[in-house]
Amino acid sequence: MAEIELRHVTRRFATTALDDVSLTVPDGSFVVLLGPTGAGKTTLLRMVSGLDRPDQGQVLIGGREVTALSPAERNVAMVFQQYSLYPHMSVRENLAFPLKSPLLKTPPDQIAAKVQAVAETLRIAHKLDNKATALSGGEMQRVSIGRALVRQPTVYLMDEPLSSLDAKLRAELRVELKRIQSDLGATFLYVTHDQIEAMTMATHIGVLDHGRLVQFGTPREVYENPVSLYAASRLGQPRINLLPADLFGGAPAGATTIGLRPEQIEQGTGEDSLVRRIEHLGDQTRLHLTFRSHDLVTVTEAHSPLRPGDILPIRPKAPFYFDASGARLI
Amino acid sequence: MSYSVTEPSARQKWIAGILVALYAVITILPLVWIIATGFKTPSDSIAYPPKVVFQPTLEGYVNLFTTRTRQTPEYMAEHPPQTWAERIVAKYDMTIVGPSRFGARFLNSVIIGFGSTFLSVFLGTLAAYAFSRFKVPLKDDLMFFILSTRMMPPIAVAIPIFLMYRTLGLSDTHLGMILLYTAVNLSLSVWLLKGFIDEIPVEYEEAALIDGYTRFQAFRKVVLPQAATGIASTAIFCLIFAWNEYAFAVLLTSGEAQTAPPFIPTIIGVGGQDWPAVAAGATLFLLPVMVFTILLRKHLLRGITFGAVRK
Repeated sequence: MAEIELRHVTRRFATTALDDVSLTVPDGSFVVLLGPTGAGKTTLLRMVSGLDRPDQGQVLIGGREVTALSPAERNVAMVFQQYSLYPHMSVRENLAFPLKSPLLKTPPDQIAAKVQAVAETLRIAHKLDNKATALSGGEMQRVSIGRALVRQPTVYLMDEPLSSLDAKLRAELRVELKRIQSDLGATFLYVTHDQIEAMTMATHIGVLDHGRLVQFGTPREVYENPVSLYAASRLGQPRINLLPADLFGGAPAGATTIGLRPEQIEQGTGEDSLVRRIEHLGDQTRLHLTFRSHDLVTVTEAHSPLRPGDILPIRPKAPFYFDASGARLI
Repeated sequence: MSYSVTEPSARQKWIAGILVALYAVITILPLVWIIATGFKTPSDSIAYPPKVVFQPTLEGYVNLFTTRTRQTPEYMAEHPPQTWAERIVAKYDMTIVGPSRFGARFLNSVIIGFGSTFLSVFLGTLAAYAFSRFKVPLKDDLMFFILSTRMMPPIAVAIPIFLMYRTLGLSDTHLGMILLYTAVNLSLSVWLLKGFIDEIPVEYEEAALIDGYTRFQAFRKVVLPQAATGIASTAIFCLIFAWNEYAFAVLLTSGEAQTAPPFIPTIIGVGGQDWPAVAAGATLFLLPVMVFTILLRKHLLRGITFGAVRK
């Protein structure tokens, strides 16, 4: 296992996909890259994997400069979002494929043992002799995760591995992946735009915006102390409420936007808002409020007696303020 | 039965069926004629009106494969025919003196046809892969240039090729014919195969690269098996052209490397063209491509319609 370091990595296609990104993924950590489509997450992953090379900057794995090396020479494992199983092979052959590579040249008896072990971990042992194309989506993705796990690579790279799965399987595999990562003490670099995956699995989150790494920290840091309006919008369910800064008064000079996560809205004191809609989700209740003709969403206790049309006084509690460029003020 | 927008009515199906059957009869008729003529006697083969019912004979096939010489009746009486083939030719006071050149010509066709098919598909696959996967400078222009070599009939450049081949010593050689047919087929092969390789998601190769394989190993172990259908259908197209080519074969081959198409019409019988032997040669000549095509017809169909429907 190894640490990954990117030094001033820039990659341009038609637009700049990565713009002077410097990032260190500590050994044994689970780093999630977060950002919408086009933020440069996948490009960053491909830089580390060796499938693509930076125009400028360096990539180091375990302290070794690998910028010019091929993926095989870097000894990285990667799980792709889709299309990753070799359709002309059985599940067993798919899992054995990396072990048979000229890189590893594993003896046949070891291949059989490793394939069996991984298949059992991922609960696909009964499908080993199926053709890769005769699997369900969830099974396919487990096989492709398995293909990464049969090896002992320097790092594991995962490009939205769960995004094509249904919610139940996603939740299961989320737990499974996290367990595997901590059991192996492996370094994971994981790309997603699903904030639940980010919050539940990550030891660190990197927030990418148009090819720039805007924030890097623990999930808690990024959630509680976002550096910008953009970073603040990445996490939180329901999403952070973004309102004109002067709506409540007390805004610092230069602030144009106030950001309120649900827990930053104190209920029961302050100024009146109108309860527009109530969503009972079972464990919590979402309130859709109108405050001085602005809509906002917050949560309240599961058994809230509130009804649409009620008046609920609210007041901001330690809110975020952002300036016109989206940078965090306080 | 419920009404359906897409399903044709029974009447429409009948009309379509009759039209298809009619078309099939029209296209198969010449084929049936050739095969039948191969089993006729020379006099039956030129009878008018043509004989549909006749006494089948292997005379055509015997004449195709042998050279014969006429003998005096006395000689024939002294040397009675031994084999069934000799008995057939004995009717005309002839004996078999040796094999004809048909076997050698047929073998030439096999060597040249399959050789150039292999080379076209081999080079075409590599070129198509490069065009499909790598940043090739002026890619679109090059692809158009490759296609443009197909825009005139190849025989239009027959005279320069004839002179070039004579100078280079490639006239009437297997290598010369293989190179020529490969040159003609390569544009088709590159274009067809590029279409097939474009359809194979690049993620498979990337996965193989990650799994510890080199680019070439990934190509061999992951791309090639998935391009098998495309390669098979491209091979059929290339083989059909090289196998049936007549004009260049007449022009550039005469002995050593002569293929079957220019040879078959030169089969002369007694007192004129030996039509049953010609028909027998044509029938045998049709067989390899026919068998090949029937075996691989699913691939062929996909080859013809590829790209028409995007998945």
